[in-house]
Amino acid sequence: MSGAISGYMVFAWSGVLLFGLGLFGFIAHRHLLRRLLAFNIMGSGAFLVLVGLAQDGRGVDPVPHAMVITGIVVAVASTALALVVFRRWYRASGRTDLPEDT
Amino acid sequence: MDWNGLILLGVLATSLVASGVIFLLAESRLVMRTVVNLAAAVLKLLLVGWIIWGVYQAVEYEFRFTIIEGVDFILRADALGIMFVGLSSLLWLFTTIYAIGYLEKAPNRSRFFGFFSLCVASTVGIALAGNLFTFLLFYELLTLSTYPLVVHRGTRESLRAGQVYLYFTLGGGALLLFGVVALHVLIGDTEFVPGGSLAVLDPSLHPMLIIIFLMMVIGLGVKAALFPLHAWLPMAMVAPAPVSALLHAVAVVKAGAFGIARVVYDVYGIEFSQSLGLLGPLAVAASITIIYGSLRALAQDDLKKRLAFSTVSQVSYIVLGISLFGPVGAVGGLMHLLHQGLMKITLFFCAGNYAETLGVHKISELDGAGERMPATSVAFTLGAFGMIGIPPMAGFISKWYLGIGALEAQMNWVLGVLIISSLLNAAYFLPILYRIWFRKRDRLWCEGKVLGRFETQGSLLIPTLATAAFALAAGVLAGMPFSPLYWADLIVSREYLQ
Amino acid sequence: MIGLWSVPLLFALPLALGILSLLVAPAWRARLIFIGLPLLVAASLDVLAGLATAGPQVYRLGDWIAPLGINLVVDGLAVGMILMTTLVASLSALYARVYLRDHPPASSFFWPLLWFLWAGMNGIWLAEDIFNLYVGLEVMGLAAVGMVALRATPQALAAAMRYLLAALLGSLAYLLGVALLYGAYGTLSMAGLQEAATNNATTQVALALIILGLLLKTALFPLHAWLPPAHGGALTPVSALLSALVIKGSFYILMRLWLVLGPEVTPELTAQLLGVLGAGAVFFGGWMAWRQHHLKQLVAYSTVAQIGYLFLFFPLVTNTSPEAARLAWDGTLMMLVAHALAKAALFLSAGNLILAVGSPQISHLVGISRFRPMSLFSFGLAGVSLMGLPPSGGFTAKWLLLHSAILSGQWWWLIVLFLGGLLSAAYIFKVFRMSFREGPQIDRSVTPPLTLDVVALVLAASAIVIGLFAHLPLHWLRMGSMLGMG
Repeated sequence: MSGAISGYMVFAWSGVLLFGLGLFGFIAHRHLLRRLLAFNIMGSGAFLVLVGLAQDGRGVDPVPHAMVITGIVVAVASTALALVVFRRWYRASGRTDLPEDT
Repeated sequence: MDWNGLILLGVLATSLVASGVIFLLAESRLVMRTVVNLAAAVLKLLLVGWIIWGVYQAVEYEFRFTIIEGVDFILRADALGIMFVGLSSLLWLFTTIYAIGYLEKAPNRSRFFGFFSLCVASTVGIALAGNLFTFLLFYELLTLSTYPLVVHRGTRESLRAGQVYLYFTLGGGALLLFGVVALHVLIGDTEFVPGGSLAVLDPSLHPMLIIIFLMMVIGLGVKAALFPLHAWLPMAMVAPAPVSALLHAVAVVKAGAFGIARVVYDVYGIEFSQSLGLLGPLAVAASITIIYGSLRALAQDDLKKRLAFSTVSQVSYIVLGISLFGPVGAVGGLMHLLHQGLMKITLFFCAGNYAETLGVHKISELDGAGERMPATSVAFTLGAFGMIGIPPMAGFISKWYLGIGALEAQMNWVLGVLIISSLLNAAYFLPILYRIWFRKRDRLWCEGKVLGRFETQGSLLIPTLATAAFALAAGVLAGMPFSPLYWADLIVSREYLQ
Repeated sequence: MIGLWSVPLLFALPLALGILSLLVAPAWRARLIFIGLPLLVAASLDVLAGLATAGPQVYRLGDWIAPLGINLVVDGLAVGMILMTTLVASLSALYARVYLRDHPPASSFFWPLLWFLWAGMNGIWLAEDIFNLYVGLEVMGLAAVGMVALRATPQALAAAMRYLLAALLGSLAYLLGVALLYGAYGTLSMAGLQEAATNNATTQVALALIILGLLLKTALFPLHAWLPPAHGGALTPVSALLSALVIKGSFYILMRLWLVLGPEVTPELTAQLLGVLGAGAVFFGGWMAWRQHHLKQLVAYSTVAQIGYLFLFFPLVTNTSPEAARLAWDGTLMMLVAHALAKAALFLSAGNLILAVGSPQISHLVGISRFRPMSLFSFGLAGVSLMGLPPSGGFTAKWLLLHSAILSGQWWWLIVLFLGGLLSAAYIFKVFRMSFREGPQIDRSVTPPLTLDVVALVLAASAIVIGLFAHLPLHWLRMGSMLGMG
C-alpha cells in the first residue's frame, strides 16, 4: 500500500473524506432533512470506498459494483422511509427536529 | 419404564397438578377446590406411605434426566429425604383442612391454594432432590411460591414483610447458587451420597472448599433463620395463620435446615467436614441462634411473634445436632426436624384458633382462654411442654439425644446451651400457660366467628388436635418402629456406616 | 441435498407474502397468516430435520458460485435462530390478529411489515457473507422502523425517527467496515475471511467500525437511548417482536464475525471492553427499569439490561480454555433464546394487563391479581426466566455463564450475574407487589380476548420448559460451530 494518496487510492480516500463529512453533518445538525442528506453523503462515501479499494490492481472486479447497486437501492429505500416518517412527524408536531432526550 | 422412578414424579405431580387446577378454578368453585385440595393431599400421603415402606426395605427409588451436559435432574428417595417428605405430606393434609376453614369467605382463595400447593411441591422437590442442582432448583421455587403467601393479605405491612423476605431469600439463593456452581466446576455433578464426595479432592483445594461451604451455609442459613439472617421470619408473621404454620413448621425453615444436613452429610461428608474444622463454627452459630431466639421471644407480646422467635431458636437445634460429630447428636438433630415440625404447627394452629375464634392476638389478652376453648388450650399446652422439653414429650427426647451427642463430640459447653435454652423456653411458654389456665377473663370475649358444635369450627379444631396427638405420640411412642427416633436412627446408621 | 426446497423458502416465502399482502384488500391481509404460518413452520421444521439427519451444510442459492452467487449457511446456530424466530413471530402474529382489531389503520400495514421483517431476519440467520448480512439488517431494520411508527402518535413517530437514525448510522458504519474488509482481503464470505484475515491496521479499523455499527443496532449501553421509546411505545405485538427478535439480529452477526476472525485478530482488550459495556447495561438497564412508572417502559428497559448478559460472551470466549468457551457459547445462546421467549411473553402479558386496567401505569395495577390471574401468571413465569431463577431458560443460561466465568478465572463477571439477577428481581417484583396490594376496590376489569392470554402463556411456558430440556437444543445449536466441539 505505497503512496496512499496516489492513483486508484484517491477514490477510496475521497470516500473516507465524504463519509467523515457526512458523519459530521449527521451529528452536528438537528434539522431532520439535513441529517438525512448527511446520511446520503455518508452512504456515497461508503460506496466510493467499496469501489475504490477494489481497484487494487486485480483488474475489473464485478462484485463491488453489484454491492454498490444493492447498497444504493437500500439507501433509496431508507431515505424514502425516513421522508415518510419525517413528513408525518412534521404534520403531527410541527417540528423539524426531534425533541431532545426525554 | 422404571416404575419406582415414576412414583417419585407422582409424589411431586400430585401437588403440582393440584396447583395448576386450582389456579384455573373460579373463585366461587368452593366445593371443587376443596375436593381437589384434599384429594391431592390424601393421594400424596398414600404414595409417600408406599415409598416409606419401600425405603425401609431398602428399595431404590430414582428418577433422572439430563438437563444440560453434565447436569442431571435427579429425584431420589433416601431415608433422610423421605423423612422430610413424610413430614411435609402429613402436615400438608392438616394445614389444607385448617386453611379451608380459616379462609372461609376470605378473598383470593384460588390464588392462595394454588401457591400453597406449589409451595408443597417445592418442599417435596427439595426433600427428594438427588443432587445439589435439583435441590437448588426447588429451593428457589420455594422462595417464589411462598412470596405470594406472605403478601397474601395485600396490606402495606404484609407487602413490606414480603419485600424483606425477598431481600433475604433471593440474596441467600444467589450465594447458594455460587457455591453450587463452584462445586460443579471442581467435581462435576454433585450427587448426594452418604459420606460425601469431596474427601477425595486435592488438599490444596481445601481453603476453596471452606469458602464454598461458607457460601452455601449462609445461603441455606437464610431460610433456616440462623442468626443474623433471621430478620425476615418474625416479619413474615403478618401472613394468615395456615401460612405461618406451614412456613414455620415445615416448608421454608426446614428446607434451610434440611439443606444444611444434606451439605454436611451427603456432599462434604461428616468426617470430612470435621477434618476441615467446619463443624465447630456451625455449632457456635447454632448455639448463638438458640439463645438469641429465646431471649427475643421473651420480649414479645404478640403470640405469633413469640412463636416465630421460638422457631428461630428451635430450628437451630437441628443445625446444632448436625454439627455435633457423632451418631447420637445426629439422631437428635434429625429427629428434631420432625418433632419441631409437629409441635410448632400445633402451636401455630392454636394461635390461629385464638385469633379466629376469640379475636385475640396478644398474650396479655389470653387470660382465661382455657376455660373458653379447652381443647385448643390442651393442644397448645402439649406443644409448649414439648418445646420446653418436659419428659416424655418429643422435645425432651430431642434434647436428651443432643446432650448425649454433645458429650460424645466432646463439646461439653453445648450442654450449657441446652440447659439455658430450656430454661428460657420455660420462661416464655409457662407464663402463657399460666394465663390460659389460671387467670380469669375480666371482660366478655369478642367472638370472631359463629360457633358450631365445638368451641370453634371443626375444620380448625380437628387438625389442631390431630397434630397435637402426633406430637405427643412422637414422644411417648418414641421406641416404636417408624417413630421419628426410629427413623432418625435408620438414617444415621446408614450415614455413619459409610 | 436435504432441505432443498425449504432453505430458500424461509426468506422467499415471507417476501412473497409481504408483497401479496400489499396487493390484497386490507381486510384480507390478516388472513394471509393462515397460509403463511403453516408453511413457514413446515419449512423451519424441515430445515431442522435436515440438520439433525445430515448435519450442517452450505446451500448455494440457484447453484451460482460465490462471490456472485449467494451462499447460505445452514448450521446449528442458524437453524436455532430460525426456529426461535418462527415460534416467536408466529405466536406474535396470532396475538396481533386479535389485538389489532381495535387498531384498524395500523392493522393494514402491520401485516406487510411483519412479512418483510421476517424475511429480513431469516436472511440474516442464513447469510454466509458479510454483505448479505448488511442487506438482511437493512430489510429487517426498515420494517422494524415502520412497525414502530404504526401507532402514528407524535411520540411513536419521534421514537421511530430516532430509531431510524440510529439504525441508519449503524448500518453505514457496518457497511464501511465491510468495504474495508473487502478491499483488504477481496472476499466477503465468512469462510474466506476466516482463512485470509490477519491482524493489521485495516482489519482493526474495519472491526472497530463493524462493532460500533452493530452495537448501535443492538442498543448496547451506552448506545441504547433509542430503544426504550421505540420498544416501550410501540403496539404490543410490535414491542414483542422487536425486543425478542430484532435486536438479536445484529448481535448474531457480531457473534459470528467474532468467532470467524478468531483470537489472532480479535483483541482481548476489546473483548473485555465489550464485557464491561455489557455489565454497564445490566446495571444501568436494571436500575432504570426499576425506576419506571409505565409498565411497558419497564419491560423495555429490562431489554436494555438483558442485552448486557449477551455481551459477556466476548470476554468468556476470547483466549480462554475450550471448555470455558464452549460453556460461554451454550450459556449465551441459551440466554438469547430464553430472553426471546421470556421477553415476548412479558411484553404480551404486560399488554394484556394494560388492556385489562385500561392504563399503562404500574400503580394502576393495584389488586389486579384478583381479576387477571392468568395474565399475571404469564408475566410471572416470564419474569422467573428474566430473573434467572430456576426452573427456567434464564436460569440454565446463568448457570452456564457462571460456570464459564469461574472456569476461565474471570470471577468479576460473577458479580455482574449476581447483582444483575437481584436487580431484575427488584423490577419484576415491583409489578407483583402492586398487583397483590389490596387498594381501592376496583371491582371490574376489562376481560381481554382469551387468545391474547393463551399466546402469552404459551410463550412464557416455553421460556420455562426450554430451561429444563436444554440438552437437545444446545446440542443442535453446537452443530457446525467453531466452539463447543471440545
